[in-house]
Amino acid sequence: MGRIERRFAELKQKGRAALVTFVTAGDPDYETSLKIIKGLPKAGADIIEFGMPFTDPMADGPAIQAAGLRALHGGQTLKKTLKLVKEFRAGDKETPVVLMGYYNPIYVHGVEKFLGEAKAAGVDGLIVVDLPPEEDVELCLPAIAADINFIRLATPTTDDRRAPAVFRNTSGFVYYVSVLGITGTKAPDLKSVEKNVNRLRKHTKLPIVVGFGVKTATQARAIAKSADGVVVGSALVSAIEDSLAKVGKPSPKTVKAVHSLVSDIARGVRS
Amino acid sequence: MTTAQVNSYRTGPDEKGLFGIYGGRFVAETLMPLILELEQAYKDAKADPSFQAELDSFLEHYVGRPSPLYFAERLTEHLGGAKIYFKRDELNHTGAHKINNVMGQILLARRMGKKRIIAETGAGQHGVATATACARFGLECIVYMGSVDIERQKPNVFRMKLLGAEVVPALSGSRTLKDALNEALRDWVANVEDTFYCIGTVAGPHPYPEMVRDFQSVIGVETKRQMLAREGRLPDSLVAAIGGGSNAMGLFHPFLDDKDVEIIGVEAAGLGLRTKKHAASITGGKPGILHGNRTYLLMDDDGQITEGHSISAGLDYPGIGPEHSWLHDMKRVQYVAATDKEALAAFQLCCKLEGIIPALEPSHALAHVMKVAPTKPKDHLMVMNMCGRGDKDIFTVADILGVKL
Repeated sequence: MGRIERRFAELKQKGRAALVTFVTAGDPDYETSLKIIKGLPKAGADIIEFGMPFTDPMADGPAIQAAGLRALHGGQTLKKTLKLVKEFRAGDKETPVVLMGYYNPIYVHGVEKFLGEAKAAGVDGLIVVDLPPEEDVELCLPAIAADINFIRLATPTTDDRRAPAVFRNTSGFVYYVSVLGITGTKAPDLKSVEKNVNRLRKHTKLPIVVGFGVKTATQARAIAKSADGVVVGSALVSAIEDSLAKVGKPSPKTVKAVHSLVSDIARGVRS
Repeated sequence: MTTAQVNSYRTGPDEKGLFGIYGGRFVAETLMPLILELEQAYKDAKADPSFQAELDSFLEHYVGRPSPLYFAERLTEHLGGAKIYFKRDELNHTGAHKINNVMGQILLARRMGKKRIIAETGAGQHGVATATACARFGLECIVYMGSVDIERQKPNVFRMKLLGAEVVPALSGSRTLKDALNEALRDWVANVEDTFYCIGTVAGPHPYPEMVRDFQSVIGVETKRQMLAREGRLPDSLVAAIGGGSNAMGLFHPFLDDKDVEIIGVEAAGLGLRTKKHAASITGGKPGILHGNRTYLLMDDDGQITEGHSISAGLDYPGIGPEHSWLHDMKRVQYVAATDKEALAAFQLCCKLEGIIPALEPSHALAHVMKVAPTKPKDHLMVMNMCGRGDKDIFTVADILGVKL
């Protein structure tokens, strides 16, 4: 049993949904980013998603795009992202870590090399936005062979006809994108989220977590009623941005700003 | 990378949208159902003679096709070698080849019942063509354009507005063409129900590279017919400029299986291939994944996309259509590059010798013609695609020549 599966099993016993937190690796710089993730489990994160910065994140909204550029300007690379995971893993053997990003940096690094290094660093799952099931031979199947979960995005356009293809080679959990559009721009329509989550359950036994546009404890609490987990991303990334002393430079408030927002939303998920 | 022999260079892409290892459908899940819907709609339209008949009619009466195949006599005399012909696609309505593809896609969008059209543009030529066709059919038109490009291509921005389009600045990243493409994709993800994305070049997820190529192939089909009528035989060589590569693919594709026809694509070498300031994806890049397809890209060691640079905003893109990448690996097409300086010299020569102000994009092709034509015998027939006119570029050129307008 991998860390992700184990974590969802534990939470099921506790009878509550998972809080999945997303921050961009290396935002605003390596050291601050490491402090941020090290403190996330204590603040209430059950699963950690780490964005691998890319110059052209076509599915992300302004907040996450800006975070990626801050990290890249700060010298973040794929190698350094793996190093961050390794350092985090040295102090935390249990919290699942999922890397999320776009295919090009992985492809250029070399798929097999990347998977070997990611596994060794303690990565549990991958979400690669621009790899739909039609491209499973690229990374999905090799990742499964390397014992890393390949987590798929399902969207409001994933209808009953398409769902079987989307879930065929997926594992870990399913990430339901609650709105049509890019990250962090529109608020999810809670009724349609519930309806779609229930619809997708007919196609998969995997836990379904819901993200894109979740910003507050109240939204998180409402989504946690029907889903197995809630992802908070853009809101945390915006908290980093708002806390900066100047562009790209952390202030003494940066780390705390993220952790207190996570604690707040965690209370929503757990209530 | 395969270099195995093939019987035909014209059968791609396969059912997965691949040309060898290039192409594909590297998009977010939200877009997949739309891309599959588009693929089916295009297949149906292609099989429907009434679709092609409607397109042919608009190409003739609205765009002004066929464009002439013109013997550039004075240039030929000046260079003293190959007999040079221009395929005059700069005479099309809106002043470039872009409208060929736009008419096809807009007729397809109408067929699919889509009422809202989005497009990306760099220099503004594809944006103007899209705005034009949308005005003609009464469709809503939104054009994404990098804020840097908006600043340097003001006349085209105003043209699009006159035609009723909304021009939305892309403010992220490098704020040029690649970012305009990102913004258009983001718009599409958010407006999947009613929106048709009209891509301007032979790139993007399958079926765009194939579809745009098919719509642009009218250039090569006409060239073949016109050359046979004129000279009684096929040309010996074809030369075209390449940014994303749609004008080149349109000219090249009908000739790919004519093995004796030498085919040359000219990328933008900017300030030189040894500097980082160029936009030559094949000559100076390596394979990667961006904007829905695998192809040659400009990037750093970490796989981060770098900026292209060219005097010509239309060539200033860090990628190239996937079919070009395949044709390069197969060695069927030779890819070379011309610098800003060489293109500018060609631009000036063409104005003076032929009375044609070329766009800066085909000026790159012309720069290569100037290099190779003198080495060819007088019976060598060379066709260069004059894919756009230079009115839009006079401000850039005046600026470089130090002339205040």
